[in-house]
Amino acid sequence: MTNHTDQRPVIRTQALTRHFTRSKKTVEAVRGLDLEIHQGELVAFLGPNGAGKSTTLRMLTTLIPPTSGTAEVAGHDVVRSRAAVRRSIGYVGQGNAAAFIQRGRDELMSQARAHGIPRAAAKARIEELLVAFDLQEYADRSVQTLSGGQRRRLDIAIGLLNHPEVLFLDEPSTGLDPQNRANLQEQIRRLHEDGTTIVLTTHYLEEADALAGRVIVIDHGVVIADDTATRLKERLGDLVLLGFGTEAEATAAAARADSALSGPTTVERAGTQVSIRAPRGADSAPALAIDLAAHGTPAIRMEVHAPTLDDVFLDLTGRSLRESAGSAGSTTTQTEGAAA
Amino acid sequence: MTTIAVPTTQVRRTTRVPSSPTGFLTDTWTVLVRELTPKLRQPASMLFAMMQPLVFLGLFAPLLPAVESGSALQWFVPGIVVMTALMGASMTGADLTAEIRSGSHERLLVSPLSRPSLLVGRALKEVVPVLFQTAVILAVVTPFSFDLHLGGVLVGAVIVSLFAIGLGALSFALATAAKEQDWVFWTVQQMLIFPLLLLSGVLLPLDGAPGWLRFLSDINPMTYVVEAERALFAGQFPADAVIGGFVAAAAVAVGGVLVGVRTMERSS
Repeated sequence: MTNHTDQRPVIRTQALTRHFTRSKKTVEAVRGLDLEIHQGELVAFLGPNGAGKSTTLRMLTTLIPPTSGTAEVAGHDVVRSRAAVRRSIGYVGQGNAAAFIQRGRDELMSQARAHGIPRAAAKARIEELLVAFDLQEYADRSVQTLSGGQRRRLDIAIGLLNHPEVLFLDEPSTGLDPQNRANLQEQIRRLHEDGTTIVLTTHYLEEADALAGRVIVIDHGVVIADDTATRLKERLGDLVLLGFGTEAEATAAAARADSALSGPTTVERAGTQVSIRAPRGADSAPALAIDLAAHGTPAIRMEVHAPTLDDVFLDLTGRSLRESAGSAGSTTTQTEGAAA
Repeated sequence: MTTIAVPTTQVRRTTRVPSSPTGFLTDTWTVLVRELTPKLRQPASMLFAMMQPLVFLGLFAPLLPAVESGSALQWFVPGIVVMTALMGASMTGADLTAEIRSGSHERLLVSPLSRPSLLVGRALKEVVPVLFQTAVILAVVTPFSFDLHLGGVLVGAVIVSLFAIGLGALSFALATAAKEQDWVFWTVQQMLIFPLLLLSGVLLPLDGAPGWLRFLSDINPMTYVVEAERALFAGQFPADAVIGGFVAAAAVAVGGVLVGVRTMERSS
């Protein structure tokens, strides 16, 4: 595998669409996705539960066929060349890859056999992965006796057995404690450094932020943002909160700030507080405070918040991702009824 | 929680693993070996399974009436073999519900293993014990009033295996359709196996049965499998019975695999 295949995307989708029929209603889980993902990228699909992230992943991994549109993974069509796609990818699903009654080593071997890897080569590869994921001690125990973190490491080892061109991870850190989650992220980062193309879904903002070079925000089955986490946040800008002695002062200060700051700035006043959302707001805040004081409206308190991906999501959708993620199950955020 | 360590070595491209596309037989073998491995690692459970038909035989055979033509065992044993296949193969899907719930089934669906091989390999997992059970039964009854006809038994084993593959695939389809609800699987499985069993004439002959019962028995493929086994185990090769059993078993196998693959394609 060479690194200069960048001209041809590893994943390309065109108008990829998937409908489900649930009690005679059409649910448009994914609505016309156009994506290009290149060799070596680490991409996170971010969105609330039901946004269409997992449905997209299930189409890309050949688990479900698209309703319409096309997708190519590692140069193979996901409908016409399913077998070739399956040989080229690794998949770590939301559940566990190894059956509970099996031993870890046996499941690694069955995965190797499924990929047509000869027994001797498979043994060497399995040893390599057991060492890499610190699983040697647990390889000959039945999977049901392993801890959640050990099982997850085994899942990833199974997903990597065939040296996949693309590794898909569906909500890889769900159900893990913070320590194991950090550990998992470290492993994903290493794989990325080794050149594996990685696509993962998550509804953890911190995870997308910390890990991914590229964040694709999906909501109601469409891409609503696609950029690096840094740029997504920069575009939104910092939040500067200024407190004033009186409402009159706050009103005057808001007007002054609006004219003093250039660029895509939003200034709002609520009571004696003025909130300013401005690119590089942290940099302009000290000068702004001095300027406001010189104009007779001195701020009596100031807070500056760097943007988070949740702010980006809130700005794009008017909803907080934290709320959406928190109310998983009780509300479905899938678009319903509007059959095409 | 055990101590956490980050990977110490690179996990990619250290050695390029040679892999090649696999065929149906290789895939089926892979699935079969995977299914049998946990059982082989627990020989005690295997041993227990082997004893089950013997318990049944031991408690039931003494109740058999004496018949004028040959021994009752000669009539009864082939039926027990088919019954063992029915019981074993119809449970193929039971392990699958656990695998659907845990996620390991999904991993196999994304792997290059072909859909039919997932079905047939799993069904064969139930056939292998049935063949061993048959051998155990024959070893036990042969010293008594039972004549062993090896050629007939071997042909009989092929027919029973085909029948079991079909049943296993149907059981697999049932488990797939039932998704994660165990009770649906068990309810339907239990509801079906007893009529199949009783209508096939395994336990009691249906000679004196009323017309409607005879009709139901005639449309039960298992009836033909049992008839063929009875002839074959007695060392006879009557063309109509043997072909009838073979066709019935093959029809169940082909139909089962087709239904199974369709269900699998639709479920995910």
